Amino acid sequence: MASSRVQPKTAGTYVRRVIVIAYLFFLVVWPVSLVVKHTFDGGFGNITTALSDPVVTDALRLTVYVAIWAVVINTVFGIGVSLLLVRYEFPGRSVLSALIDLPLAVSPVVVGLALLLAYGGTNGLFGPFLNSIGFQVAFATPGIILATAFVSLPLVIRELVPTLQEIGTDQEQAARSLGAGPWATFRRITLPSIKWALVYGVVLSLARSLGEFGAVKVISGNIAQQTQTATLVVEQKYQDFEQETAYATSFLLTLIAIAALVVITILRPKDKSDGN
Amino acid sequence: MGIEIQGINKNFGDFVALDDINLSIPTGRLTALLGPSGGGKSTLLRIIAGLESADSGVVEIEGIDATHLPAQKRNVGFVFQHYAAFKHMSVAKNIAFGLEIRKKPKAEIAAKVDELLKLVHLSQFAHRLPSQLSGGQRQRMALARALAIEPTVLLLDEPFGALDAKVRKELRDWLRRLHDEVHVTTVFVTHDQEEALEVADTIVVINEGRIEQVGSPDDLYDKPASEFVLSFLGPVTRLRGELVRPHDIFLSRSEIPSAVAGTISRFTRIGFEARFDVTPADGSEPVIVEMTRNEALSEDLKPGDAVWLKHVTGIPATR
Repeated sequence: MASSRVQPKTAGTYVRRVIVIAYLFFLVVWPVSLVVKHTFDGGFGNITTALSDPVVTDALRLTVYVAIWAVVINTVFGIGVSLLLVRYEFPGRSVLSALIDLPLAVSPVVVGLALLLAYGGTNGLFGPFLNSIGFQVAFATPGIILATAFVSLPLVIRELVPTLQEIGTDQEQAARSLGAGPWATFRRITLPSIKWALVYGVVLSLARSLGEFGAVKVISGNIAQQTQTATLVVEQKYQDFEQETAYATSFLLTLIAIAALVVITILRPKDKSDGN
Repeated sequence: MGIEIQGINKNFGDFVALDDINLSIPTGRLTALLGPSGGGKSTLLRIIAGLESADSGVVEIEGIDATHLPAQKRNVGFVFQHYAAFKHMSVAKNIAFGLEIRKKPKAEIAAKVDELLKLVHLSQFAHRLPSQLSGGQRQRMALARALAIEPTVLLLDEPFGALDAKVRKELRDWLRRLHDEVHVTTVFVTHDQEEALEVADTIVVINEGRIEQVGSPDDLYDKPASEFVLSFLGPVTRLRGELVRPHDIFLSRSEIPSAVAGTISRFTRIGFEARFDVTPADGSEPVIVEMTRNEALSEDLKPGDAVWLKHVTGIPATR
């Protein structure tokens, strides 16, 4: 690959840089830094207050629990659907591909409402049946996991599909001809090839799951210490004039997401060049 | 024995890739499937390997009906045009793959990998990744990987197609020598007639999904079954409507009875070869005549000279 020559720096170069930096600063850095600033207004007081509030700790625990389940579901189904989309020809493939982007396009509130219609305990399509066998979806943890998995569904798939297309089937065919069955081929050839795309998709999916609000608010019922996730606590505390706790909880949510992204940046190999 | 192929048909939609192919490939020999791109030769190779399935017909490998065996049960070594190296594994790990899948003891795998690394001259690269190798080295690694499982047959799909001319020629000689050492039944696909003529014991010419001719390189060159085979295996020109090889035309400065009279219209030197375009006196298409540089110099031939052309008898021509 030819390395591109560095262009001479002109006044325009600096103008463009300033515009980009100002844009990112006012849109992302400054607002987020204000949350951090307000969190630490009185030292670590706000954090300790928040962490000693059982409403907050229960919500954080539920959020992490839900996010992990949503990520596990999205990873397993994401790999399956990606392989289906890339490796097989079947009628309706392009429809499926378009449907996968739906959760990104539709408002999460609509997602929550749709799930409530399908799985609601009294009026929902499946709800009454599931209730009768003792499995409550709406206003319970399964519903929250369902909603979270729904909104973060495309993230793993959209990372995997281009990578699978790029690696092609040659290596897999070579493995088959060398005696590897389908599972051995997947585990020893396909999975290592898509490893980084998968990790990236999982982290994006995790970050999205931790931050989900709209869909969860509708389906969870927002019951404190039962179905209230961290984002819902932030909203409630803010409205209840407990801003300090709201800031501290926001800060903790941001911290988890940033930590995940930092871990990825450290783990990801510098050289992404492939074999050919 | 060897590979027996009976009544193989394969269509891709409306396109007929293979049309009732029957072929016997003998054990221990090096066979080339030769033909133009899109002629069906790669499809046939992939059907033998089990990477593609035929619409109908039977494939037997060393007496075992393999028609419905999946690729991983056929014990076939396959080498791909673009190497198909396992990019995340070292050269040694690539070669060991088939043996690890077969759960061979560690010591046995290490010994076998060592032996194969020596065979393909990659011992000092054992711990490199494929991305750190040249194209020729990667293809040698792919060959070692395929040979590691001690395959019943070794199949190579345009193995040297992605390499530059010089490396291609080196690897071709090396494959021939390797085969003389290893003696595994080998089938390789190529569209390069020189490669097939130089390396193969037997050549199968395939065009438009059908077998045109099967024979030794000499058979095919000297007794081509069709105009297609004659023209695919080497340069051709027309003399009195007959398709002949340019180096099989005798060119004389003095009149010969019943020869074609003409005038040299062009002279080209390509290394040790001299090429003349001769326009016949009747004004038909120019005839191409080839000879060695020395022959051309001793006759002192130049454009504008009157010459007589005659096809050297006892050498094939097709009408």
